[in-house]
Amino acid sequence: MKLSKRIFAGLATASLAVTVTACGGSDSSGNFDDTVTVGILHSLSGTMAISESTLVDTEKMAIEEINAAGGVTVDGKSYKIEYIVEDGASDWPTFAEKSKKLIDQDGVPVVFGGWTSASRKAMLPVYESKDAFLYYPIQYEAQECSNNIFYTGATPNQQSEPATDFMYKRSPAAGGDFFLVGSDYVFPRTSNTITKAQVKQLGGKVVGEDYLPLGNTEVAPIISKIKVALPDGGIIVNTLNGDQNVAFFKQIQDAGITPSNGYYVMNYSIAEEEISTIGPEFLEGHYGAWNYMMSIDTPASKKFAKSFKKRWGSDRVVADPQESAYNMVYLWKQAVEDAGTFDDNAVREALVGQTFDAPQGPVEVMANHHLSQTVRIGEINAEGGFTILEETGVVEPQAWNQKHPSSKGYACDWTDPKKGEKYRM
Amino acid sequence: MQLILESLFNGVAIGSVLLVAALGLAIVFGLMGVINLAHGELMMLGAYSTYITQLIFKQVSFLKPFYDSYVLVAIGIAFLVSGTVGILLERTVIRRLYGSPLETLLATWGVSLILQQFVRSVPLAYASGLVIALFFGLFTPLLISDDLLHGAKGKLIRACTWGFSALLGVATGGVLSSLVSKLSRASARNVDVTAPSWMRGGIDFVGITFPKTRLLIILITLISVLVVIFFLDKTAWGMRIRAVTQNRSMSDCLGISTETVDIITFGIGSGLAGVAGVAVSLLGSVGPNVGGNYIVGCFMVVVLGGVGNLLGTILASFSIGIMTDLIGAGRLLTIWPDMPSPLYSTIDFFATTSMARVMIFALIVIFLQFKPTGMFPQKGRMVES
Repeated sequence: MKLSKRIFAGLATASLAVTVTACGGSDSSGNFDDTVTVGILHSLSGTMAISESTLVDTEKMAIEEINAAGGVTVDGKSYKIEYIVEDGASDWPTFAEKSKKLIDQDGVPVVFGGWTSASRKAMLPVYESKDAFLYYPIQYEAQECSNNIFYTGATPNQQSEPATDFMYKRSPAAGGDFFLVGSDYVFPRTSNTITKAQVKQLGGKVVGEDYLPLGNTEVAPIISKIKVALPDGGIIVNTLNGDQNVAFFKQIQDAGITPSNGYYVMNYSIAEEEISTIGPEFLEGHYGAWNYMMSIDTPASKKFAKSFKKRWGSDRVVADPQESAYNMVYLWKQAVEDAGTFDDNAVREALVGQTFDAPQGPVEVMANHHLSQTVRIGEINAEGGFTILEETGVVEPQAWNQKHPSSKGYACDWTDPKKGEKYRM
Repeated sequence: MQLILESLFNGVAIGSVLLVAALGLAIVFGLMGVINLAHGELMMLGAYSTYITQLIFKQVSFLKPFYDSYVLVAIGIAFLVSGTVGILLERTVIRRLYGSPLETLLATWGVSLILQQFVRSVPLAYASGLVIALFFGLFTPLLISDDLLHGAKGKLIRACTWGFSALLGVATGGVLSSLVSKLSRASARNVDVTAPSWMRGGIDFVGITFPKTRLLIILITLISVLVVIFFLDKTAWGMRIRAVTQNRSMSDCLGISTETVDIITFGIGSGLAGVAGVAVSLLGSVGPNVGGNYIVGCFMVVVLGGVGNLLGTILASFSIGIMTDLIGAGRLLTIWPDMPSPLYSTIDFFATTSMARVMIFALIVIFLQFKPTGMFPQKGRMVES
């Protein structure tokens, strides 16, 4: 008995959790004149780790590619890129704290990081007060334009607006009523405010909206509401987050809310990665809108997917957020080379106007620190990918949305000191 | 009529998820007075058991023809897995903390964190191996006669059973990881349980679609409740459990082994959490945090129903379920569309999932102001009070 007590005590001690901060960087071989260290800051633990770790993988791959091609050339000297990976731990104040550490202690010239809007909002004051530079790769609700952040994801007019237009005018449910479903936080609520304004402009009707608290997976009341509001089918716009989508799609299928019954769901947060988790059998026939889709049939897109699979395993997929993360590393490299220095202000000036042949097609950095990009509407197919139905031309980003009542008529321009963050057009 | 029926069905559907999740907690919290914050994680283990069972049925050739019935097998497996871990938890942690609720609360919360991290960082194949080793290590001694166990070679025999179980566990881990490659790597990613095709879709009846998974969950809940009631009321061990609940020291004096009663009660409570895990896995995705989402709801049900009363637990979960549907889906607005506008806008304001939750919490708090011991308070003299 005594002995067993001791064993149990030992077991209890052994189960202490140990947190390790991951540090990266490859060995310094090859012919480089010098090295430059950049910061990578995403969640490697906690709820967001699943999504954000794919960005770390992509950014590492982009850096390795640049190094293999000779690194960054500044002022005639070649620099090898090294990186420090910090863990934001899905905790927003940690993102701010680690940003300070990367800027002050490690002295990195640039940080690639963030996913949730909450983490970006927490980091923003740090970068502004230290006049440092953050590259943020996710499609988001916009209504923000910082001189110290560079946004490579889509703004609502580059994702949800063309998608709403498609659903109302050209989808099988064209002309139908809208029902909006989302997780209860800033992105879905802002995005839906814009969608409501747009549907009204188009002459359509939003017959209901509901938000599920984060972590809640009981969607039965929402299903009842959809059935009351849209008895004969219609358009559902879905901005649910992460695994809440699994519960939503499993349960609406059982309740008969399916494409064959006339219900079509347009999704803004479901990319290839999420399709494989939820299961294509639940999503087939519904829609998604992104700038990049793995099924884009161009050499650049195929090369991107192929090198990612080669680097990280054949079962991995690439999706829109990863493509944005990939682009931003290259755009930073180009801007640094054009500026001829790592100095923030010079790089910022050189950045605007940079173009890059991204996997999605050509992108260009605009004066409001966002990218002009192509928008694609796809139907989810049985293989877990998108069948691309429509492709817009290059769409310019609106940092201040022109359909949102609070920002109509405003724009952002950092190249003109008189205009700046928010000016009336 | 159709509306009432649909609302009732939805309420019962939501309520039965709450009930099956809270049933184990009602037994552990209600009968033993132990606040087990790891209850949600025991549910999570049940959900992962379903996932592993599903994969095994998909991969192993001689089980493939029976794939359609894997959910039924998973219920049994989940019960055993969660029950085993629950018994280990009782033996190692909770037994030492009886009578000190605050310490139990902290310790079980710690256990819940350990379990969450465990499924994130240990490959599921080896995790199942470990559970199997524990299962045989804990239960094989029951098959060996007492004379042998307490005889001269008792210690040796015990050591042998543990050695044998450890070997079995390692073998299971190895076999599983080579058979099912998905289980051989640790992953923090949420996984997905896909219901077999006969359980997908719905049954149309009097103009309402009844989702089949919901019907199955209601059935699982019903059977669990009936089995628990039968066990507590009709069997000898059930009677002993009730006796210990009412007066622990008197039962001890009368020759009931209270320690065994504790093990059995906790084992059954934990096993029921596993069954709840199967139900939950059919509705959403399976991840390390899946149980945490339900734990607050479970405590709400147990407290509202009255601690230690099964009838209260049943009524409480169904009333919360029906309230959720009534408020959250805005049923009153559909029934009475031309009510006075201030009332209409108030009800409309609460007719979202987030606000319905706020409203239900508020109603429960108000109810508890008038009946602090819940719907059906425990009667009789309790030795603890």
